[in-house]
Amino acid sequence: MIEFLRRLFGQPGSSATAKERLRLVLMTDHLELAPELIDAMKRDLVDVISRYVEVDREKIDVSFERQDSALAMLANIPILSVNRPNGTTTPSEPEAAAPTPAAALAPESNGSAPPARKRRRRKKAQRAPSPAPAAAS
Amino acid sequence: MHQLQPDSPQNEPSEGVAKLGRAIVLTSGKGGVGKTTTTANLGTALAGRGARVCLVDADIGLRNLDIVLGLESRVKHHLLDVLEERVTIDDALVPGKHGENLFLLAAAQSREKDEVETPKMEALIASLRERFDYVLIDCPAGIELGFRNAVAGAQEAIVVCTPEVSAVRDVDRVVGLLGNRFRPQLVINRLRPLLVKKGKMLSVEDVNAILRLPLLGVIADEPEIVVTTNRGEPLALRNDTPTGAAYHAIAARVAGEDVPAPMPAAPRTSLFERIGTLLGGKRS
Repeated sequence: MIEFLRRLFGQPGSSATAKERLRLVLMTDHLELAPELIDAMKRDLVDVISRYVEVDREKIDVSFERQDSALAMLANIPILSVNRPNGTTTPSEPEAAAPTPAAALAPESNGSAPPARKRRRRKKAQRAPSPAPAAAS
Repeated sequence: MHQLQPDSPQNEPSEGVAKLGRAIVLTSGKGGVGKTTTTANLGTALAGRGARVCLVDADIGLRNLDIVLGLESRVKHHLLDVLEERVTIDDALVPGKHGENLFLLAAAQSREKDEVETPKMEALIASLRERFDYVLIDCPAGIELGFRNAVAGAQEAIVVCTPEVSAVRDVDRVVGLLGNRFRPQLVINRLRPLLVKKGKMLSVEDVNAILRLPLLGVIADEPEIVVTTNRGEPLALRNDTPTGAAYHAIAARVAGEDVPAPMPAAPRTSLFERIGTLLGGKRS
């Protein structure tokens, strides 16, 4: 009976799924095929962040990850020191500069110590991911 | 990967020299989307308009354009015979069965794609442009040397795409390789309007929202295409079926006429058919 009602009122066709999957896979393809674009983006990103904190340019890692309905950019940017509000910088501990996953996950123990690693998560999708397709009448 | 360069305009017509024809490559990346069928039908439709047309089968090793055109028994020499200067172009050109405007340059069947030298291919297409209004190049599937050779002498590209995720992705890749200089235009092939209506197939709008290319035309997935291909009589020999007319509209648009591209329409279903679908049909 439920199946009958579903047929009666219709359900979203597979073309909507095809469209969404294509949109995502092509974004990934285009990124893969344009490494120079990622390099340029990385440079700009670091330039902006460097206005506020000193980062380890050698150890920056930018990657892209497929999520349910969007593509996410993951940037791993080790921070060496943080600019104080008065303009001077706090030099970091040498071991804190080396990025380790544990350090990234650990909460800051005190406010003055800079986080060893900063994880930025930004949605790369130009268009907002479409909501789950509603049942068509 | 760097973008491919279209043929340099070294052969631009100068005063006293006849205008050169247009070399258009038909490509898709993916195989089996209907490049050869589209080449045969577009060539037939262009020739039907009075243009002099040469169809070049660049799919070395997988010769097919001859059989689609019904010319398989007339091929005596092929593309590599010409490139390697064993015969002249005139020896190798096979006249079409209908009218005097259409010619075929067949692919070599027993050779391989990487035996073609790109500069020679460019020179061949350039000399064909001196003799014909249109040189349509049927590109092999893939994006390797066979593709690069097929594209080498062309100035324009027509990309053939079916409403399938794999075909759309491959066309997107090929268009990236071609770059803007080939001004790629899109033919959507094998559209099934009823499936689109039911939301089970990507629509023309869906495909072009992704590819964003000038749309030349849409060809429905019709049994008559299979039947005419079986017979080696391209459907576009006639203009009185919806699909034949669609090919002729594409030809007119290629020729620069401002005619609309006809859209395949879903057949109207009866109330009983719809009730049948409701009771017993399956959705996927």
